[in-house]
Amino acid sequence: MNAATRPLLEIEDLKISFPTPTGLFHAVRGVSFSVGRERLGIVGESGSGKSLTGRAIMQLLPGNAHLSAKRLAFDGIDLLTASAKTLRSLRGARISLVMQDPKYSLNPVMTVGAQIAEAARIHGGVSKSEARLKALAMLEAVRIREPERVYQLYPHEVSGGMGQRIMIAMMLVPEPDLLIADEPTSALDVTVQLQVLSILDDLVRQRGMGLIFISHDLELVASFCDRVIVMYAGRMMEELPAHDLPAARHPYTRGLLNSLPRLGDQRAELATLTRDPAWLVEP
Amino acid sequence: MISVGDLTISFGAGSRSVHAVRGVSFSVGDGESFGIVGESGSGKSTVLRALAGLNKDWQGTATIGDVSAKVHQPRDVQMVFQDPYASLHPRHTVDRTLSEPLEIHGIGDVNSRVERALADVGLGAAFRFRYPNQLSGGQRQRVAIARALMLEPRVLLLDEPTSALDVSVQAEILNLLRRLRAERQLTMILVSHNLAVVAHMCDRLAVMNRGLIVEEMDVATLRRSEPREAYTRQLLVASKGYDRAVAAQMVTFD
Amino acid sequence: MSAWQARLLSDTPRSRGDARLGAIYRGWLQFRRNRLALLGLAIVILLILVAAFAPWIATHHPNEQNLAQRLLPPSSAHWLGTDEFGRDVFSRIVFGARITLYIVALVAVIAAPIGLLVGTAAGYLGGWVDAVLMRVTDVFLAFPSLILALAFVAALGPGIENAVIAIALTAWPPYARIARAETLTIRNSDYIAAARLQGAGTARILTRHIMPLCMSSLTVRVTLDMAGIILTAAGLGFLGLGAQPPLAEWGAMVSSGRRYILDQWWVATIPGVAIFVVSLAFNLLGDGLRDVLDPRQKK
Repeated sequence: MNAATRPLLEIEDLKISFPTPTGLFHAVRGVSFSVGRERLGIVGESGSGKSLTGRAIMQLLPGNAHLSAKRLAFDGIDLLTASAKTLRSLRGARISLVMQDPKYSLNPVMTVGAQIAEAARIHGGVSKSEARLKALAMLEAVRIREPERVYQLYPHEVSGGMGQRIMIAMMLVPEPDLLIADEPTSALDVTVQLQVLSILDDLVRQRGMGLIFISHDLELVASFCDRVIVMYAGRMMEELPAHDLPAARHPYTRGLLNSLPRLGDQRAELATLTRDPAWLVEP
Repeated sequence: MISVGDLTISFGAGSRSVHAVRGVSFSVGDGESFGIVGESGSGKSTVLRALAGLNKDWQGTATIGDVSAKVHQPRDVQMVFQDPYASLHPRHTVDRTLSEPLEIHGIGDVNSRVERALADVGLGAAFRFRYPNQLSGGQRQRVAIARALMLEPRVLLLDEPTSALDVSVQAEILNLLRRLRAERQLTMILVSHNLAVVAHMCDRLAVMNRGLIVEEMDVATLRRSEPREAYTRQLLVASKGYDRAVAAQMVTFD
Repeated sequence: MSAWQARLLSDTPRSRGDARLGAIYRGWLQFRRNRLALLGLAIVILLILVAAFAPWIATHHPNEQNLAQRLLPPSSAHWLGTDEFGRDVFSRIVFGARITLYIVALVAVIAAPIGLLVGTAAGYLGGWVDAVLMRVTDVFLAFPSLILALAFVAALGPGIENAVIAIALTAWPPYARIARAETLTIRNSDYIAAARLQGAGTARILTRHIMPLCMSSLTVRVTLDMAGIILTAAGLGFLGLGAQPPLAEWGAMVSSGRRYILDQWWVATIPGVAIFVVSLAFNLLGDGLRDVLDPRQKK
């Protein structure tokens, strides 16, 4: 396979487990997928292992986690055997991670502008004044109305929605090839959420970035992504094109879809999900 | 049952004060379920906290059954909070959480009342002596609902009761709330950012933006997607999922 | 797993008592993994046992003078030697454990509740109550604690009870600070709002809801401070303002032994080692407790 057709990211049989007082807890048990220059959605409920999967790609797991995989490669580079130096050069520069809560990811004693500029300087190798211009341009790109003013603000002075957009600006300024977005918009209002998604959408379309969009929101993923993976209890239940999600076959996916209240129907009782133990074992 | 007139709430003093709620009026009939929809900062939760009596610093009128929200009794109104991980005391067992209101008001028969309350919210007696950290999010929210109903209030205020929960758990909690409402003829106000949840739970709703009520309508109008105001229409479109064209047309309403 | 273990670790406790014991047992399982904390706990338990059974453990009467046998080095007759009055140092260390424990326990019992009450009241009530209480706290914090204790002892007169009161009066302000900081974060939480909605009064919220949550960080802090309290008590004893002769107090023993430090090292060194070991034990224990009670601080 040559570099042009090779997927950006290949994962085969990824397993993550944690030691607990009562034995090993298997949080992710055999997940395989690949990502090209596209929008891949990973949906699942809390505890499904979707966030851990995203973090495993960045090699940002808690210290006590055991990770194993037949293959975990980014752009042909084996992440399992890569040196710490290689990983550092990939992280931030070529693979970025946006997390749900911006408050814990921004440095509280640096202005947001300085943080974005620093990200640009470290990964882009540009001068100070260039970095500043780049940071301002990026703030504008994430639809922040007065970039000059916001540049000077400290993280505690910005609202949650703006903080999230700043996080995204910071992650995007090195122009990564792959962006892992873990619930990037679930703390945002719907209108702001759509604006942030359209920024990500533009980046995938114009720059050919790969995007892994991790979310619990089925409808959002169905409307935003190209392809969807449904996870439950650390396993992949099914993988299908996003626009086929409303017609998903797997009983788990169907159960999730049926439990959603909808504007259009007037059911008195919402369907609740009955979890089948077989989902934990069958492939 | 509930009547709110020209309710104004501001935080802080002087030039730095923020008007969170700017003259809001609505009324909710006996046994009715009323929804308040809005984005963050719209003032919807602030209205609810004032009605609950948690914040007594406001102007205008807010009464529950002819009693001002500043002086009403715990038996008049109770509230369920958004985050079930923050609304239960971490060092109190379920038993203690549920028996405390009985203790405060000198109500006897604690054992059987606690057991009945647990059964009513679909939790077995096995949950009675657990600590919150031994419960899932959905189970915690059931305990919070049971606590709110211990004193048999006539009005139940719900502040985003399912937004911190998984969708399958959300369905269970919404079903539970609908059943309890029917069984006990509760008057409810549900605050949410989720239009579908409000449509499922309520008879009538108000849409709030920046401290004002943009419009009030019945749920049938919402279901037919026929709101009067542009703000509500945008909210409705945005909640239907991602659409490139829609996202490009988003405007900010002041 | 034995039956009682299964019962303690059960996810479905059958009564309030079971639930509480289960929580304590889980805490113990976690504490047990910290070897150093276990060592600290063992030393503190040993100290308590020694204090309780001092008359049976000691080989001599702690105050029995025998001028013919003064300043003898450690031997089989006097395990840790004798001091300048021919008193058995080992026996005095053993009885000194009682005094040390007495001081530590009394200071904790006086200072921690004062700090807890002042801190939670200031934090929860806010406004002028907060302003007044915290300024008083600031005044106490502005003095070095040993100097303040010295002033109190000077005013009250030397003696072990007065030393305890003096130390307690200087020890509570940090506890008030901690309790207030904790209260400020707890005060606006939803579970306090829920309790208010249920009709719980200020006293009930303070004692039933807020204080139990402040207890863990306070317990940790008090345990860590035990070492400092022992040192302050020893310091007062050393300066002649704490326990009065012939009481076998470790600090006073160091003080009287220092004259012979060059030729008869054991007279001053042995009580010094005792102070060091017990202080260290309380510090190790405090670190272990912090891991169990205050998981936020865990590395």
